[in-house]
Amino acid sequence: MFRYYFRLGIRSLRRNMVLTGLMIAAIAVGIGACMTALTVFRAMSGDPIPQKSAQLYAPQIDNWGPDKHNGGSPDRLEPQLSYTDVVGLMRAQAAKRQTGMYATLQTLRPADPTQKPTKVFVRATGTDFFPMFDVPFKYGRAWPASDDANRAAVIVLSHEMNEKLFGGANSVGKTVRLGDQSYTVSGVLDEWRPLPRFYDLAIRPFGDGDTMFMPFSTAIDKHLGNVGSTQCNGDVDPGWEGRLRSDCIWLQFWAELPTAADAQNYRAFLNNYAAEQQRLGRFHWPAHTKLRDVNEWLRYRHIVPSEVRILILVSFGFLLVCLMNAMGLMLAKIMGRAGDIGVRRALGASRGAIFAQCLIETGVVGLAGGILGLGLTALGLWAARSLLAKQFVALAHLDLTDTALAVLLAVGATVLAGIYPTWRAAHVQPAWQLKSQ
Amino acid sequence: MEFRPILSAMRRNKVGAILIAVQMAITLAILCNALFLIQQRVALSQRPTGADEANVVVIRNQWVGNPPDQSARLQGDLAALRALPGVVDAFPTNTYPMSGGGSTTGLSLHPDQKNATALASIYFGDEHAIAALGLKLIAGRNFNSDEVVDKVGYTDLKPPAALIITRALADKLFPDGNAVGQNVYEESLKGSVPIVGVVDRLQVPWVGAGGWGSKFNDNSLIAPFHFLSSYPTYYMVHTQPGQAAAVTQAAQKKLFDISRSRVIQRTLTLTAAREEAYKDDKGLVVILAVVCAALLAVTSFGIVGLTSYWVAQRRRQIGIRRALGATRNAIIQYFQTENLLIAGAGAAIGVAMAVSLNLWMVNSFAMERLHTSYTFIGAIVVLLLGQVAVLWPALKAAAIPPALATRAA
Repeated sequence: MFRYYFRLGIRSLRRNMVLTGLMIAAIAVGIGACMTALTVFRAMSGDPIPQKSAQLYAPQIDNWGPDKHNGGSPDRLEPQLSYTDVVGLMRAQAAKRQTGMYATLQTLRPADPTQKPTKVFVRATGTDFFPMFDVPFKYGRAWPASDDANRAAVIVLSHEMNEKLFGGANSVGKTVRLGDQSYTVSGVLDEWRPLPRFYDLAIRPFGDGDTMFMPFSTAIDKHLGNVGSTQCNGDVDPGWEGRLRSDCIWLQFWAELPTAADAQNYRAFLNNYAAEQQRLGRFHWPAHTKLRDVNEWLRYRHIVPSEVRILILVSFGFLLVCLMNAMGLMLAKIMGRAGDIGVRRALGASRGAIFAQCLIETGVVGLAGGILGLGLTALGLWAARSLLAKQFVALAHLDLTDTALAVLLAVGATVLAGIYPTWRAAHVQPAWQLKSQ
Repeated sequence: MEFRPILSAMRRNKVGAILIAVQMAITLAILCNALFLIQQRVALSQRPTGADEANVVVIRNQWVGNPPDQSARLQGDLAALRALPGVVDAFPTNTYPMSGGGSTTGLSLHPDQKNATALASIYFGDEHAIAALGLKLIAGRNFNSDEVVDKVGYTDLKPPAALIITRALADKLFPDGNAVGQNVYEESLKGSVPIVGVVDRLQVPWVGAGGWGSKFNDNSLIAPFHFLSSYPTYYMVHTQPGQAAAVTQAAQKKLFDISRSRVIQRTLTLTAAREEAYKDDKGLVVILAVVCAALLAVTSFGIVGLTSYWVAQRRRQIGIRRALGATRNAIIQYFQTENLLIAGAGAAIGVAMAVSLNLWMVNSFAMERLHTSYTFIGAIVVLLLGQVAVLWPALKAAAIPPALATRAA
């Protein structure tokens, strides 16, 4: 039966090629626009660490006081922490794992003196970083906790950096020269690039990943300045020591809290910590803290740019117009065939049979529109990639899920739009149609 | 024109008419918001920086390590750059217009003020800054060379000896004028700093729509510092017209001849920096324009399709009307009036939708309020679109011969 209806559907579509073509084109264009925007959106709003995003938390502490947040923070909290607070939280060890971190821009001296030096982004962080974020190692391992305590000159290379510097060979134990300092390689990562770089959203969260990692204590010890955002409020003494003592916020901090109960305890701990600071006379205001997991954090930081959200909105409006268009055309087409339907009804076809036949016909239109729309999506993504900055859309690819989604959306939406015309078709009065013939 | 027969015919084709009206409404809502957005982003990307963009080259220099003789190295580099053929002037700074990164400070008029009077971005510079950027000094004087001192990293917090500020910042701090000679207090400084000069314009380094800096776009100050640190320093080189490319080449070679112990990561003109800074805004403009065009095309095809169907459905009635004496024009007018009624209803709904869509965007994306003129333009476009789209089916209807009425159905 289904095959027969399918054949009938194809035949009926071929009878009026212009109308059919218009319908398919309308649906294809709508689906193409929608899927382009949706693919970019999905790529940008994806979970960068799905297996653990609900166990990783970023704390916030108000260390400026309620009336000092004039840069547009209605919740009176800032996205980064001061050195004093990061050290306080790291010393307390109140989470299973935790570390403060920041990015620093260094110059890399090549082994071959005829080559020019290059710049590298180095992340200064604790050894907890690696197990906490499930970072895979190819060679060696993360530096031991004793290196954090001893401010050792050790370094972990990313997969890409090891390819570049050592041709992908096991480089554990070799040295890397950054600025005036030499660092011993303790490990090399396997490919690892969470997108967005959730643990530090200040510098190009969709850009290239970190290429080197060194102990936080070492970087502080060597006065390596940070890149990204630094916000100061209140008195700051000059010099590096002055920066460390100040309430400038320039550091990120993450904690691993495996269960909801752990997170609840940590919330209480944070509040106690802030209250303690108030008792000690550092804060002159009641404790104001917040703890967010990875996905809450990405939403809070508005990681998806407003341009993408505007495009989502526009493209769905566009799809709606395209579908209404297709619906109008379908209505015209089906009602134009009222005579045929009357004959079929008179020959004994039930209303259900007519309904099924027309629905399959619309499904075929939807399918064709979806497949064509998929091609337009690929075209749209290519255009978006060349029109927008690289970091915006570099990661947007059509995967299997998107392909299925596009076809499903096309067929589903078209059938939905076809229900009314189909219902009208099923209610054609056979007698009236036959009489008027 | 008689409306009653049109309305009663429409009542028999409710769904089709509603479909067209709603399509036109959505088209209108998207169209006028998109046009408004396009206009805003175009205006955004055309804001001047105040610099002579085509002839200013940015060279990003970072020393390897933190050499102790940075001050002398800086002087050497600058002397060499200024001596290059085709170079007007050069100076070192911490950031440049449209770079997207920099420092902000709050300026106050009194030392114990709780909230700063104005936010301003900080450019470090020296007595060559005005000439090397091509800025226009409109009041006061340039820095004296003895006011320029070294600033060793961001944690070196010595106060500047003097400030040159932009006209916008001067107006904000001293609305009564004569900013020159007045003192301002900076958040982290313990003392006051005199304003010695005012330049016409120098944009802040951040240019993103609604981003940091968008509230104080032209509030900048130049502090007389030579920035020495392990961070990159930007050499701004003002070239003679048309010499930017040649100077870019020569400058890099010259600097590497002086010392190889450095990273010159980027070299570009401010014109190129503008291209980069506004790439997303331009991209959004193109995408929105294409979507708008597609939307208008789809809507008009929909009108053509449905109206053609109505014409086909009413062939006999049209033939009868023609036989009873209706002219071809009367038939065309019938379909045009019908479309005008539908489009009018659609436009009315569309204007309401456009305004609410805009209000939602104002709340969620820091958009501006839609100007009334855009809804007006949108409505006219949609009404015209309907008239143009309906013309072809209407002409086909007018071509139906009156003799059709006499033939048996």
